Amino acid sequence: MNLEVLVFYLFASITVAAAVMVISARNPVHSVLFLILAFFNAAGLFLLCGAEFLAMILVIVYVGAVAVLFLFVVMMLDINFAELRQGFLQYLPIGGLIGVILLVELALVLGSWTILPSAGGVAAAQTPAIGDITNTDALGRILYTHYLLPFQLAGMILLVAMVGAIVLTLRARPGVRRQSISAQNARTKELAAELKKVSSGQGV
Amino acid sequence: MTAALSNDLVLAIPELILAIGAMALLLLGAFRGEGAAGLVNWAAVGVLALAAWATLAGTGEAPRLAFSRLFVVDDFARFMKLLVLLGAALTLPMARSFMARAGAERFEFGVLVLLATLGMLVMISANDLITLYVGLELQSLALYVLAAFLRDDAKSTEAGLKYFVLGALSSGMLLYGASLIYGFSGTTNFVDLAATLGHGDGTGPAIGVVVGIVFLSAGLAFKVSAVPFHMWTPDVYEGAPTPVTAFFAAAPKVAAMALFVRTMISPLGDLAPQWQQIIVFMAVASMLLGAFAAIGQSNLKRLLAYSSIGHVGYALVGLAAGGLQGVRGVLVYMAIYMVMTLGSFGCLLAMRRGGQMVERVDELGGLSRTNPMLAFVLAALMFSLAGIPPLAGFFAKYFVFVAAIDAGLVVLSVIGMLASVVSGFYYLRVVKVMYFDDAVGPLDRPIPLPVRLVVTASGLLTVLYFIVPAPLLVSAEAAAKSLMP
Repeated sequence: MNLEVLVFYLFASITVAAAVMVISARNPVHSVLFLILAFFNAAGLFLLCGAEFLAMILVIVYVGAVAVLFLFVVMMLDINFAELRQGFLQYLPIGGLIGVILLVELALVLGSWTILPSAGGVAAAQTPAIGDITNTDALGRILYTHYLLPFQLAGMILLVAMVGAIVLTLRARPGVRRQSISAQNARTKELAAELKKVSSGQGV
Repeated sequence: MTAALSNDLVLAIPELILAIGAMALLLLGAFRGEGAAGLVNWAAVGVLALAAWATLAGTGEAPRLAFSRLFVVDDFARFMKLLVLLGAALTLPMARSFMARAGAERFEFGVLVLLATLGMLVMISANDLITLYVGLELQSLALYVLAAFLRDDAKSTEAGLKYFVLGALSSGMLLYGASLIYGFSGTTNFVDLAATLGHGDGTGPAIGVVVGIVFLSAGLAFKVSAVPFHMWTPDVYEGAPTPVTAFFAAAPKVAAMALFVRTMISPLGDLAPQWQQIIVFMAVASMLLGAFAAIGQSNLKRLLAYSSIGHVGYALVGLAAGGLQGVRGVLVYMAIYMVMTLGSFGCLLAMRRGGQMVERVDELGGLSRTNPMLAFVLAALMFSLAGIPPLAGFFAKYFVFVAAIDAGLVVLSVIGMLASVVSGFYYLRVVKVMYFDDAVGPLDRPIPLPVRLVVTASGLLTVLYFIVPAPLLVSAEAAAKSLMP
């Protein structure tokens, strides 16, 4: 029983416990916070495997962006989660059945796992030995060379997402007062102020 | 720039034109404001035409791989890309007047169509599971936005949301299948997959690969809207703005079918016994559902949606047959189907009465007296969709069924023919309403010029196709040949 195994079980058990709490916590904000805890521990598990890049990505993308987004959604939309969960027991048998079937299928597939003998030579990018370079370095080397095309296309997808979000939500509201600096600067003293001669004792 | 990269870029010139064109038009629209909608629309048509011209370069050459074998350019890709570009270029001008009347004339429409078309071209040229997925997502994401383009219209928004949720589900299935295939073969590249899966040791492929193929084809079947993954089609087709529906029925369907054919024939070709039964089932179910479910429809857009489900079934018959003849059948079918569909939706776009779009079958009453030319074209298209000789639709079905019978799928062809007889009922009902029912009233005039041109061209091609069938057949044959090992 060495230290690595102990750390593995620590991370793994916290991940599972946090995952259970995500679906069983009453308060949705607590659910999201448990989700973040699960992400952090999964990142720890990745670190143990030597996949430090995946661990970083998990923290940056999932914890940093996705979980915060969830939190926003949960806090901004006033959803009654207790109501959503009402049918839980009612759907449990059929849901459980489907889950068991999927589990059996997965076991069947994994049980017959044989990698074809000819497969070894054709892997798209051979994995370098872990000691040679870090896996961030290794991924960087093929991401911008071998996978240049999908990388650029992913950029196009983000562009579509941006254009789409603007098309569907941006509204030009009439009657909004905006600052126009050029118009401000173009005003002269004559336009801006009017001098009136007020004779004393008469008022304006 | 290294020599290798510039070689790759030369092969991807049509895609580069679309990508750069879309970004340039986006900038133009952003600087010129909403007034640029018309200009961007026509410029987008120009970009599509330029891309089509670039696609033709190198026709007849052997297939060439690019971008570390993630991308392939062959005659099959060129044929399908031309179809997709044509479909997109014809919908854009038709959409203008519709969008202007709906008060949604925004320059983003042209840009999104260009980006969706870019995704379709990448799908057609995909030579790797990763390229396949990225192209598919690029296309789908743009299409979700287009479906919801009339954002103040409840139906359009619903169509967009429904398409998005179900599309995300299908992408998940496709990715799951791809991950299983990758896990069991160790590669995502189509060339390597063919080599790895091709010569097994006689025990057949691992069960994981087969499960992967099932999920992969489920995801692809969703994109071509084959039964049992068709549920989204009628709702999305009905809810989306009519020009967008025309685009949906034409371009993405052709692209997804191209992807389907390439994936099944090229990397998984040697596993045909495993996937053939899946395709046969989908073909039979799509043909039957397309024939029977459309009978009760009173909305023309829903009717055409069911009709397109049925037509995908017929095209899948060609894929099930496989081989040179089968693939040629699919190519001819998709080409003719696209022309007929664009024409039918053009007719829908041409009809408005009292400022409202005519969308119900019974509103067509007496069209032959109030608008005889339009009624004639629509009748010809309906006859053609039903597959009545000597119209183009008959030839499309003919080549597919001949391929199926040669491949020994006699039962499948018989079911197909019976389904096409049943579907004749609702196509002919449209014709009957137009020619024999009481006139409802005249349509608004004038019909926008681009719509008139598309409808006329589609009608002429459909009616007169039998005079010169050779060019389409020859190019489809060359395209199919380039896909065969």
